[in-house]
Amino acid sequence: MDEIVVENLSKTFAGGVTAVDGLSFSVARGEVFGLLGPNGAGKSTTVRILATLTQPTGGRASVASHDVAADPARVRSRLGYIAQASGVDRWATGHENLTLQAQLQRVSPALVGARVRALLDRVSLSEAAPRLVNTYSGGMKRRLDIAMGLVHEPSVLFLDEPTTGLDPETRRALWDDLARLRAERGLTVLLTTHYLEEADQLCDRIAIVDRGRVVATGTPSDLKTGIGGDIVTLELAAAQPYAAATLRALDGVTEVNGEGAKLTLRVADGAHMLPVAISALAQSGISVRTASASRPSLDDVYLHHTGHRFDSTDVAHRAAR
Amino acid sequence: MKHFIADTLHLLLRHIRATLRLPIWIAVSLVQPVIWLTLFGQLFGRVADLPGFGGGSYIAFLTPGVVAMTALFGSAWSGIGIVEDINNGVMDRLLATPVHRGALIAARVLHAALTVAIQTVIVLALGIALGSGLPGGALGFVAVLLPAVLIAAGFSALSNGVALLTRREETLIAVINFFGMPLTFLSASFMSRDLMPGWMQVLSMGNPVNWAVVAAREAMLGRDWTSVWFNSALLAGFTLAACILATLAFRGYRRAG
Repeated sequence: MDEIVVENLSKTFAGGVTAVDGLSFSVARGEVFGLLGPNGAGKSTTVRILATLTQPTGGRASVASHDVAADPARVRSRLGYIAQASGVDRWATGHENLTLQAQLQRVSPALVGARVRALLDRVSLSEAAPRLVNTYSGGMKRRLDIAMGLVHEPSVLFLDEPTTGLDPETRRALWDDLARLRAERGLTVLLTTHYLEEADQLCDRIAIVDRGRVVATGTPSDLKTGIGGDIVTLELAAAQPYAAATLRALDGVTEVNGEGAKLTLRVADGAHMLPVAISALAQSGISVRTASASRPSLDDVYLHHTGHRFDSTDVAHRAAR
Repeated sequence: MKHFIADTLHLLLRHIRATLRLPIWIAVSLVQPVIWLTLFGQLFGRVADLPGFGGGSYIAFLTPGVVAMTALFGSAWSGIGIVEDINNGVMDRLLATPVHRGALIAARVLHAALTVAIQTVIVLALGIALGSGLPGGALGFVAVLLPAVLIAAGFSALSNGVALLTRREETLIAVINFFGMPLTFLSASFMSRDLMPGWMQVLSMGNPVNWAVVAAREAMLGRDWTSVWFNSALLAGFTLAACILATLAFRGYRRAG
């Protein structure tokens, strides 16, 4: 059963800006699913519709089998929402923030104290808990945000640009945290990001979003494989005229380029092909000095499906929120 | 209903804590009423001698008017907190929880009412110190709190509703500036109703600020208790309607996205 189902979703704002334009995808229970796209692609609006914060103007969406438009109250009790803008109250302490969130999420009063303490400990904020959030660093605020999204043990977690504005070190720590959480709790996670690396690292599957539509969906590696395979680079001990022909004869090699001792192969699956190519050359008495396989990047995937480079995407499409 | 009350109390605690961390705010908001009481009291002191004013001391007349004004201006800014919550992402975080929408308004309304109750006590004490006297006695003193708290609740609810629909501080400030002064001067805050021009007398009848001024004045003077209860009942209706409208504003907020 899919935990999140989005069908042909659209959102046009009062000013006439269309942020989401017939977007569809579904996320299985326990899956980490990423919406990847540049700013203004409609990711945040999609998540805001799923979190019942704004209404779609077309299509439908359901979370944990409840329709977001027809039954927002049920959806709210099942989801944890961690917004792009940190939602913590700066003029309250970390402990007060988390306690209020637990209370409003209707955590049983008998459990609130223990739950709050455990979560603060879990995100390493126990010591900072009695301090005003205004004194926290960006990373600390983000960790508090995450604790607040988890305090009612939701079945679905929405993370909107979770690491935007964080330094690389904090970002990596957050990735580790998310991976651990997911392993511990079997949460279904929907995250949006405009970092290719983040989508690659964290997500089981991703949907590439461009101008309010999904242009491709799949696992990161499927998407990369889908656009024409990997690159294997071989450096031979000495130039050998028969080497290229030997490699071309192998199953799965689509192209061999290069001159002299250095050869570049386009193959379906680099990890599989690397040892096969080396042993085939060895059988013909050719020794290999260095060998490496590399994959197309998500940037290549993005270019393939949208016709433009990820970084250069026009942000004029950006919606009001 | 159970959830509504619990949510309201939890959220109210958040607002009270924030105020207690910055108590100077209550003091700053008292600067204006102090100026009204001392300067206006001095400047227009002899207005009370005008034929038709009804006699008595002007400061005794003015103090309940300043109470109503303080309540109006003290509560009308309540929506700024909502705009801040919207800008800081706090509002979305709250709205993604099952929290009762009415509780989000009720907590701010109660907080404004509590703050104004404290300010009213201070303004009354100041009025007495300046020589207003307290003809209505202790009961009158306490009864002034009723219209003050009601008008504060009503205008803070309206302010919250406007904040939700416009989401902008600038708009809210413009709205308050546009309505605040006319509402004050179309009431018997500074001048006896009998001495107002006819058209002003008519308009003042539908002005909640005037209801509060009249109720507060009659209570403080211990004069016409029927008028105190009648005007307070009008204010209660106004406040309830304002709270419902503000809660409905969440629908507009959600539709606009």
